Amino acid sequence: MSFKTARNHARRSINRAPWPLMARTVPWLTVLLGSLVPSWLMIASAPVMPPIGYLIFLSWHQLRPGLLPIWAGLPLGLFDDLFSGQPFGCAVLLWSASSIVLDLVENRLPWRNFVIEWLMANGLIIAYIVLCLALANFGGAASPIRVIVPQIVIAVLAYPLVGRFVAISDRFRLTPFLVSR
Amino acid sequence: MAPPANRRSSYSRRAQYSTFLSYSAGVLGAVVGIGLVVVSLVNPDMFSSLRGFASDATEPASQAAAGGRELGRNTLAEISGFLHSGSENARIRRELDEAKVRLVQAQATNAENQRLKALLGIRDGDATPVAFSRLTASTGASTRRYATLGAGRDKGVITGMPVRSPMGLVGRVLEVGASSSRVLLITDSESLVPVRRATDGVPAFAQGAADGTLRIRLINLGINPLKKGDVLVTSGSGGLYRPGTPMAIVTDLLRDGAMARVLSNPSDTDYVMVERAWAPPPPPPPAVSPDGKPLGKR
Repeated sequence: MSFKTARNHARRSINRAPWPLMARTVPWLTVLLGSLVPSWLMIASAPVMPPIGYLIFLSWHQLRPGLLPIWAGLPLGLFDDLFSGQPFGCAVLLWSASSIVLDLVENRLPWRNFVIEWLMANGLIIAYIVLCLALANFGGAASPIRVIVPQIVIAVLAYPLVGRFVAISDRFRLTPFLVSR
Repeated sequence: MAPPANRRSSYSRRAQYSTFLSYSAGVLGAVVGIGLVVVSLVNPDMFSSLRGFASDATEPASQAAAGGRELGRNTLAEISGFLHSGSENARIRRELDEAKVRLVQAQATNAENQRLKALLGIRDGDATPVAFSRLTASTGASTRRYATLGAGRDKGVITGMPVRSPMGLVGRVLEVGASSSRVLLITDSESLVPVRRATDGVPAFAQGAADGTLRIRLINLGINPLKKGDVLVTSGSGGLYRPGTPMAIVTDLLRDGAMARVLSNPSDTDYVMVERAWAPPPPPPPAVSPDGKPLGKR
């Protein structure tokens, strides 16, 4: 960062400010990492991993509305599609649609409590997994709906943990660094 | 949570435009997604080079992850082995004695087989594996069952080669990248492998059921001859999979077939080997024009 912005940041607190590059990129990087992680944990012979990239994406939207722009589903979904095994474009479509839904809810229902947030997240997760199955079946597979039941349960149970992880990343993102003059 | 103060577009033209543009971009993303889905449904191989590039780029990280998985599995195996070591040792010694005798018998049978095949003039084809590698990643969050193999064009892997582990068949190569390739596992619902019963050769198809098991469909309908515990091996018809590769064991009987468990669980396999396709289909005959000259590029 340039000298002038560094000085402006320093005036806000006593010589400390979050690093703007980190504050902007950490949400994107965590989602990208989340898209890769389920493929590394095990060589699965059934769909058992929660869609961690999508869970992190949702969680950032709920923790910091407006931090990821509405169009974030396009680049992040493209990356997820490269590794997810779904028909290409599945995540682009579903992530963009979830972004729009979350933003509408944010505008219509500005005051939300924990239960509403949790129910909304679960609804979106279940819809996402079911629609992924439907798109994969359109693409030539023939999986019955019972094979995704364990995945739905695991994803719903994993969402609070993912939320915790996102909260930690948020604190990390805004870590104030010593700004040298 | 309290809504941020500046979310509403106010009378400010600038705020209104930026809200409108961000919504348009969001809708555009969804439309692009629909377009990509339609293209990939019509032509699934359209984005294979892109996927190959991505899996090549993340291959070092995937290899490291595969190493970590192996370490964790070995640690667990050592702990459980330590707990049962005494009784296991006795049992294994007993089995080893039996196995030594059986091995000699099998060697004799093998030699006789070789001799008889030489008499009949049957050739086995080139059975040497093309490459040994690890399965580095898999699509654990999708209903499709693909795995990524840490060997690609650099090791001579080409599309259609069967992949197996010491325990049995794992899948076949679907897309090949520079240093990694994509494997369709036999448990995917689009994978169809011709099999036969190991003991008497009852022919059937093994289709993936997408939940880690296989659906066995008999070719000759009628009385279901399968029994629980039957071992199925690949039959080699169709020319893709080498005959006699162990494949699955029957667990549940159905009216017109059975459900079977896969013998080589891919999550327990360290290394897999890529074999040549058993008998690749012959190349199409060269096109000949009516005047007898071969057609070339105009």
